[in-house]
Amino acid sequence: MTTTAKPKFAMYWAASCGGCEIAVLNTNEKILDVDANFDVVFWPVAMDAKYKDVEAMEDGSILLTLFNGGIRNDENEHMAKLMRRKSKILVAFGSCATEGCIPGLANLSDSREMVHTAFTTITTDNPHEIYPMTSYDVPEGEIHIPNILPMLKTLAQVVDVDYYMPGCPPESAQIAAVIDLVIQVVQGKAELPPKGSVIGAGNSTVCDECKRTRNVKTIKAFNRIWGIAPEPSLCLLEQGIPCNGPATRSGCKARCPKAGAQCIGCYGPADGVEDYGARLISAFASVLDAKEPEEIDRILDGLVDPTGQFYRFNLAGSLLKAAVPAWKKEKA
Amino acid sequence: MTNSFEPTIIGFTCNWCSYRAADLAGTARIKYPPNVRLIRLMCSGRLDPTFVFKALANGADGVMITGCHPGECHYIEQNYKALRRFQLMRRTLQGFGIEPARIRLVWASAAEGARFASEVSSFIEEVRALGPLHWGKNDNVSSALTEAPIKKEEVPA
Amino acid sequence: MTANLIENTSPADGRERIGVYVCHCGTNIAGVVDVVQVADWAAKQLKHRGVVIAREYKFMCSSLGQELIEKDIKELGLNRVIVAACSPHLHEKTFRTACANAGLNPFLCEMVSIREQVSWVHTDKAAATAKAKAMISGGVERVRHQVPLEPMTVPIDPTTLVVGGGIAGIQSALEIADAGFHVYLVEREPSIGGHMAQFDKTFPTLDCSACILTPKMFSVGSHPNITLLTWSEVEKVEGYVGNFTVTIRKKARKIDEELCTGCGICQEKCPKKVIDNVYEAGLGYRKAVYTPFPQAIPNRPVVDVDNCTYYEKGTCKACEIFCPTKAIVFDQQDKILNVKVGNIILATGYELFDARRMPNYGYGRLPNVFTSLEIERLTNAAGPTNGNIVLRDGKTTPKAVGIIHCVGSRDKNFNNYCSVICCMQSLKFAHIIHERTGATIYNFYIDIRAAFKDYDEFYQRVLEEGTLFVRGKVAEVSDVPRTESEKGKLIIQVEDTLVGKQRRIPVDMVVLSAGLEPRKDTREVAKTFGISCSVNGWFIEKHPKLDPIATMTEGIFIAGCAQGPKDIPASVAQGAAAAARVLSRIEQKQMALEPVRASVIEEKCSGCRICNGLCPFNAITFHEDRMVTEINPALCQGCGTCVAACPAGAITGTGFSNDQIMAQIEGLLMLNVDQEPVAA
Repeated sequence: MTTTAKPKFAMYWAASCGGCEIAVLNTNEKILDVDANFDVVFWPVAMDAKYKDVEAMEDGSILLTLFNGGIRNDENEHMAKLMRRKSKILVAFGSCATEGCIPGLANLSDSREMVHTAFTTITTDNPHEIYPMTSYDVPEGEIHIPNILPMLKTLAQVVDVDYYMPGCPPESAQIAAVIDLVIQVVQGKAELPPKGSVIGAGNSTVCDECKRTRNVKTIKAFNRIWGIAPEPSLCLLEQGIPCNGPATRSGCKARCPKAGAQCIGCYGPADGVEDYGARLISAFASVLDAKEPEEIDRILDGLVDPTGQFYRFNLAGSLLKAAVPAWKKEKA
Repeated sequence: MTNSFEPTIIGFTCNWCSYRAADLAGTARIKYPPNVRLIRLMCSGRLDPTFVFKALANGADGVMITGCHPGECHYIEQNYKALRRFQLMRRTLQGFGIEPARIRLVWASAAEGARFASEVSSFIEEVRALGPLHWGKNDNVSSALTEAPIKKEEVPA
Repeated sequence: MTANLIENTSPADGRERIGVYVCHCGTNIAGVVDVVQVADWAAKQLKHRGVVIAREYKFMCSSLGQELIEKDIKELGLNRVIVAACSPHLHEKTFRTACANAGLNPFLCEMVSIREQVSWVHTDKAAATAKAKAMISGGVERVRHQVPLEPMTVPIDPTTLVVGGGIAGIQSALEIADAGFHVYLVEREPSIGGHMAQFDKTFPTLDCSACILTPKMFSVGSHPNITLLTWSEVEKVEGYVGNFTVTIRKKARKIDEELCTGCGICQEKCPKKVIDNVYEAGLGYRKAVYTPFPQAIPNRPVVDVDNCTYYEKGTCKACEIFCPTKAIVFDQQDKILNVKVGNIILATGYELFDARRMPNYGYGRLPNVFTSLEIERLTNAAGPTNGNIVLRDGKTTPKAVGIIHCVGSRDKNFNNYCSVICCMQSLKFAHIIHERTGATIYNFYIDIRAAFKDYDEFYQRVLEEGTLFVRGKVAEVSDVPRTESEKGKLIIQVEDTLVGKQRRIPVDMVVLSAGLEPRKDTREVAKTFGISCSVNGWFIEKHPKLDPIATMTEGIFIAGCAQGPKDIPASVAQGAAAAARVLSRIEQKQMALEPVRASVIEEKCSGCRICNGLCPFNAITFHEDRMVTEINPALCQGCGTCVAACPAGAITGTGFSNDQIMAQIEGLLMLNVDQEPVAA
């Protein structure tokens, strides 16, 4: 460990895909600013360090920790609590940490079923149906592996979080901007936003940054993106393509609609929204062009997988957090 | 669960029709079980799916949404929005494993006090038959790996 | 000790000081809910939620009850009040006023219903008490998030629009105009007068209808404060109470109204005869250029372009040739007027049930079956037969007449409701027809509805005149004879329920007292004016008992049969009542609007436009330049649909905000039903 006076920086990944780390690296030269202004003390993807090194640090001695990934197992939970203790500012970095993201979709099933499936599907070579155990005796001693928690949790559901950076991953330009802000704060030239704020994102929704033309909305049918040839300059939702842009926080410059695809909502909800999916359900349903229940059903039949449509990134962070099988033990 | 399960139902009423229907049931002293707790909104069109999810997440076993009959909405046609949201909500909740019968939509005019009471009663019974939801309160769900079976023989070297 | 009133504007910030008042309502509540226990519970268990005091009292709505609240506000510095009592529809205003008197913004007071929704509907006392606690818990959580609100005032334009020139509309227009204020009276037909102008005599006085109507019509036509727009229709209504902008289409009469003197030569000379389906109910003729009846107001004809030879072939022009003042203008165009009014009275009247829908009564197939309106024209001295009651051949006087009540009314197959006037009308016909022809009269009825002043006495009179009453719903009117004596007659087949026998009664003429129905375009009209229709199609009043002439939309009133079937005295009374209400508004010069409405937080609005199509009151507008949506607070009715729809959460609603409802849900569920002991 170095003994410079530079403030300490850490980045940790829990249940994640690694995309957030790549997004940080995609800030290109900005990463040099990180190195110049911070003492990177713990960043498993980039440098070697042991948990006991972190445990040995003074509480609150790490100025800024970017924590990405969801809390899926004991180890994630332990590390979340550890990083919280050791950090002054803990940022839930990326969609997994802020709202559960894709790992959160496991909350649609019983976690035991999830393990069973992972170890016995056709792509797994496990003819004897061996499953991992949390502890196992070997000649050298007892081996322990983390236990999978019943439900995936967001970082805020486990520890107190200071700031949230949404996105799957957060846009590199936004990450660069946040790094700049923190450097300015360290130099006493800027103030941090109020605790609990969302940083590295906008205050409105994706429509604010989308350049497509918008009219008064009525939906007569839902279409799959590959089912029609969408008009590039017209709002996708008006063409029946279920674009989550209206409910998704801005900050990504409407990347996906610009590229011709509907927004799938990785930046999560706007400020003050209690349940992201509920906003979309309300918005989409309000503008359906139908009054009779049968006609409404017919249009809704075109919206396949509403749970996936409305809760792809946000399930673990929603009001309901999980589907019944995840927390309700089956009766004998 | 014992057979004295008492469901907790949250009901949303609209100020002009269904809330008055509930009032009329009261004025006419029509009896119904005490399991429903009503919230007054100005219009069924105010019904935000967030409210329904919040109610379920906080312990309601069922949610009843009520409003004016189609064509009679005090605000002309806002109850149609409630109808559409209700249908999409129910589909989505099915993906969460919540039985569609736990959410009911009832149209009741201000004159239909008796009908309101009977709808409430029948809904309570329907939810009672479905059993408690008790969202997220089932803490005896064990962790995934401690219960998974393992065969110790034939472990590869 | 006088604590400072902490009227904080930031909700739920921990500075709430809540007073909870639980009403006994005599034994209405206290007989089922243990109100003492509930108040005690609230004081102890809700203390950490901000409850500073919880009281129970016999009658909170009494002046002593209200004084309790006022005193606590002043002495304990309460800034939120919960009254757990009856329905807010009864006393919300009472308690809010009490709070206002004590210096607390009235919108920081909320009622929780534990009477209509608890004590009056549940029998299990323990469960009811538990539910009362839960309801109060919900109310307390909600009220913590309530903020002071101020009503918005709008000015009232003193001009009024009356739509419909029948007796109700005429009455409204005259009352307002006589008070010195300007009225636009819009009528779809070429003349005012409505259905009453078609009648012969009116019950029970047997006044000549035209004689009592035409003086009022004349007053309207000559009134300096009334702008009469006949042959006109309202196309669009924009704005809100006190400030409506109405677009009226004045259809082209093809007559220059200034030059025309009403001499009538054009009608005389016009060679084209047209069956008059409106005024003469299809029994008589008019010309292609016509005034509907001699006493028409305004006394200016119109040209029926669909039936005029000039428009068909380009020839004739007899009217133009003979008109002494050159008032015929064949190429006259419709005129569009935009007027500003403060209040609108809808008095658009009714239509007759189409008796053709009951083929068993033979109307339209059997020549001598008549509807009530046809009989009015027949009996009218100025009618197509000069008041002679004859069969369709124009000559034969009937010797026996059957009058059938409730045609299309009180009937599950058509209209469930009673049309109110048909019994009296049928009795009137019985009297007049018998008087003029000496015929034997049969009245076929279900019940005799003769409820108002002098009505039953009229019924007695008709009875004494020898009218034969048969209680039974007529099954069929047939011209197929079964016996010699039935040949050439119309046979009425009916079960005489008082005698208990089927009867076949031969008559010469059958009169169908057809029921009243709303106008065919009632739903479009309702939509244009922003009001609602019931399932039956009548305009919906604000309260069926206590406010029959107002609607739920401020500034729009209804009068006459448009609100539901009624007789002439009731129509007149409603017309006058609507006028009185409008005059009171005009007098007050401005109006306070309920502060329950939505508004857009511009910074959060991304211009997705999802809310844009959701407002039936046109309160939502989109600004293309800024790509944001705005809500007009004066037009917004506070339904909250857009608040619920906005995917960005950029629309807030006062009075029923998200925070308030979410908190209420939390409060209601703090005690689950099965956590309280429930008796089996």
